[in-house]
Amino acid sequence: MKLDFQHIQSAHCENGVTTSLLRHHGVNQINEPLAFGIGSGLFFIYIPFIKINNGPAISFRTAPGLIFKRTCKALEIPVERKKFRSKAEAEKVLQACLKAGQPVGCQVGVYYLTYFPKEYRFHFNAHNLIVFGKEDDNYLISDPVMEVATSLSSYELERVRFAKGAFAPRGQLYYPKEKRIVTTEQIKKGIRTGIKRNIRDMLHAHGNIAGISGIRYTAKRIRRWRDKLGLQKAGSYLAQLVRMQEEIGTGGGGFRFIYAAFLQQAYEYHGLDELAEISKEFTKSGDIWRSAAVQAAGIYKGRLGSQSDFNTMSDFLYQSAEIEKQAFIALSKIKWPA
Amino acid sequence: MKKEDIPQDPSALGKITKEICYAVDETGKYGTALSNGWEVKVSALDKAWQDVEQRIAAARQRVSDKEASPLLFFMELHVMDIPIVAAYTGFWKWQVKKHLKPSGFDKLSESRLQKYADLFEVSIQDLKTMKAHET
Repeated sequence: MKLDFQHIQSAHCENGVTTSLLRHHGVNQINEPLAFGIGSGLFFIYIPFIKINNGPAISFRTAPGLIFKRTCKALEIPVERKKFRSKAEAEKVLQACLKAGQPVGCQVGVYYLTYFPKEYRFHFNAHNLIVFGKEDDNYLISDPVMEVATSLSSYELERVRFAKGAFAPRGQLYYPKEKRIVTTEQIKKGIRTGIKRNIRDMLHAHGNIAGISGIRYTAKRIRRWRDKLGLQKAGSYLAQLVRMQEEIGTGGGGFRFIYAAFLQQAYEYHGLDELAEISKEFTKSGDIWRSAAVQAAGIYKGRLGSQSDFNTMSDFLYQSAEIEKQAFIALSKIKWPA
Repeated sequence: MKKEDIPQDPSALGKITKEICYAVDETGKYGTALSNGWEVKVSALDKAWQDVEQRIAAARQRVSDKEASPLLFFMELHVMDIPIVAAYTGFWKWQVKKHLKPSGFDKLSESRLQKYADLFEVSIQDLKTMKAHET
């Protein structure tokens, strides 16, 4: 059984799943930057009291699942999301969906994901893919970060759906419940809501570890990493920062380029010149994030290592924080026509 | 980022799939292009795995010195930590902590050892002697 489904490659897995599923449900206007922007995907958080793979817990995007949820909600498309205790039940529901002609988004862990290169297989449980059919014992898989569709045996799929640890997917599956025609007005409204929510998340998040203040907080900590952790460990921490920022999924520059692309599209929908101008600011910020990555690489490869090298690294983050702060303030000042 | 600046360095992912990057063309308009990989990222990933290798080597040493049970070695080999091992085996975290000590490990029953052996995909014999299969 193979559903009529088109695999679309994207930079980020959740954007990709959202885009592909919504397209399948007749939302032809949707694409990755739109899904990301309407879902207010841009974020920054550094959680100092949690360790991931013995390194800092840093994320450049909003929490897993939110992009799909918010984008569907903004476009007024009802969503089904289920978690399971029993593996048998999880497979039964998946098969029932496929039988009903419904491609299904699944949250999975990557450690046992066989088609991924070994180097990428850490215990990371917030990856997303789409199941769109079954042939013999193999499920047909559309993984948005891959160029082409692939497959997993039923055992392999069960194993990744029931991966354990932080963000354990517990067999989680989700899909839009009905086909809907989405109007240009709805998209425009979604863009506006998405931007406003992103302003709130980046400028007015509680505490000092999230949003713009989170970037500044990280910049401050980096200055101390060399003395506090020693050069080796500080290097590992920076490598982890770079991986979260650039690894498969971000589209480069910690999602800043995708967001800039979104603002260009927002400009096309709304015709407000500010949007096109502010888009350039996010490109600038993304470029600075990438320069920071090059600087970090110098440190973890052992080419650099003095305190002033760490200060330079930290200054890059302060610069991005300032640019993004001004950009979001500018976004908050936009006068949206009623 | 400009389209012509998208890095095309050899990488582990590049062998399997190229990844999408967002970049601007000469008119400043955003589009996507495929990247083979970026040296900065490759070395970040290398660094992460070097750290893992070091932890495995340190664990192997501690097991040989009878400071830790073979579970520590397998845990590091599978890039796991105590909460992950506990979640997969169904033990409590404090139990796993106890089993990570030689004294706690030696008292484990066959059926409990089997749980760990299943998780790490080895026989009980190999689990005890720290013999890992090359993957």
